[in-house]
Amino acid sequence: MDVLTENFSLYGEGFWGTVKLTVYSSLLALAVGVLMAGFRVAPVRALRVVGTTWVTVLRNTPLTLLFFAMLLGLPRFGVALPFELFAVLALGCYTSSFICEAVRSGINTVPVGQGEAARSLGMTFGQTLGAVVLPQAFRSVIAPIGSTLIALAKNSAIAGSFSVVELLSTYKTLSENGYSVVWSFVWIAVGYLILTLAISALFHAMERRWGVAR
Amino acid sequence: MSLGPSPKRAPRAAQEASSALYDIPGPKARARHLGYGIAASLALAALVAWVIHLLVDTGQFSYVKWRPFGYVGIQELLLRGLGNTLKAFALAAVLALALGAVLAAGRLSEHRPVRWVSTVLVEFFRAMPVLVMIFFVFVALEVQPLPALVTGLTLYNGSVLAEVFRSGVLSVDRGQREAAYALGMRKTQVMTYVLVPQAVRAMLPTIISQLVVALKDTSLGFLITYEEFLHAGRLIAINMDYTMPFIPVVIVVSAIYIGLCMLLSWFANWVARRERGNIKNEAVSVGPPEAAPTMPGAHP
Repeated sequence: MDVLTENFSLYGEGFWGTVKLTVYSSLLALAVGVLMAGFRVAPVRALRVVGTTWVTVLRNTPLTLLFFAMLLGLPRFGVALPFELFAVLALGCYTSSFICEAVRSGINTVPVGQGEAARSLGMTFGQTLGAVVLPQAFRSVIAPIGSTLIALAKNSAIAGSFSVVELLSTYKTLSENGYSVVWSFVWIAVGYLILTLAISALFHAMERRWGVAR
Repeated sequence: MSLGPSPKRAPRAAQEASSALYDIPGPKARARHLGYGIAASLALAALVAWVIHLLVDTGQFSYVKWRPFGYVGIQELLLRGLGNTLKAFALAAVLALALGAVLAAGRLSEHRPVRWVSTVLVEFFRAMPVLVMIFFVFVALEVQPLPALVTGLTLYNGSVLAEVFRSGVLSVDRGQREAAYALGMRKTQVMTYVLVPQAVRAMLPTIISQLVVALKDTSLGFLITYEEFLHAGRLIAINMDYTMPFIPVVIVVSAIYIGLCMLLSWFANWVARRERGNIKNEAVSVGPPEAAPTMPGAHP
């Protein structure tokens, strides 16, 4: 218990860092993921190829390798950004491929008649997707996106090893200051549990409000 | 029926026609789509050209940067790294499958305490970041990097696999279990002769996909100084004698790493296609070839 009370500000800083990483990367992942899902069902072949390549490559890339390449590689081209931004880019791009697949399978759960009706009203592809299909797909992708974002929150721990302030990396400072390693890990674990359970509760609430069983 | 374009096996004309999201394009729309396609391809080509220009401009394709890969010592270093990665993967995969089987059996047990303990373990290890577990074993229990990595991967993937196994067993048609009991089988016999074989065959694509996750996560060993593939790459990349060929190392290492993972993913897809057409899977629905982490508390 002492470990937590005596280092509350350190833990708070780390926890806040993890929360920020998670939120910013989630927003990036959702934006890119939905865009790529749109690409994957588009009538233009080139866009479909772009979407498929993006998903196939990123889903099969180890996240550590992505961090390694981005955080240590991009500066060689003179791209000097703060480590936090690189970490958000790596996490966001990686997670976007999983979001894309969740959204795409959500699109496939919408009954075909919906798309056909929209088309027979004269709607274009963009209108059909944006005004008719995606709003209905949203209802069935809440749970899969929730699991993906929980995975994102857990993956953000990797950023700590690349000089980003976050929850897991607090153990280094604590062990240097001579605190019990086991107890510092217990509180780190509690921090991650709070975060993942919070995301889980949020998405369960959304699921109850908007979700449909298809 | 699906809204998106149908699988690529269909002939091209049928594929274009089968999406419910847009009409079959007429001459005008085809011309417009061609325009979009050309614009997208040009934008992509420009992006690729710019990246290549950057690479050439900073001398990444120069002979000195790539020369180290011709040295036998460097090749051996990379191969040893790759071997260590595969060793960690093999150990973690076997142990995770075993742990998954034990935990799944525990969660399906008729004894409440056993069920309760396995549920708590599964939920806890799935909710923890795998890196936290690896660091805990490595720092707090002070073990070598390899056992630390394998322990972390086993605990995480084992508990995810337990859920896969369990949902597989539960997805077998009720009639199978009832028929087996009616034949006078005991519950262990029902499980081992009737339910598990069908569940494993149906869940094989999902199981292989989870092994892809384990393979990708072996790269976490890099963070605890396990001498795996990425570690070997870094050793070359920071070597002053070779003018620090960082980008060439990233290109080589990621091509091999991503290639390996893609190969295993492709295998999962192949198994999924095969099992869907298998007559033995009548009483179960074949799982998807993707590792699907479920939300804590998302299942009954």
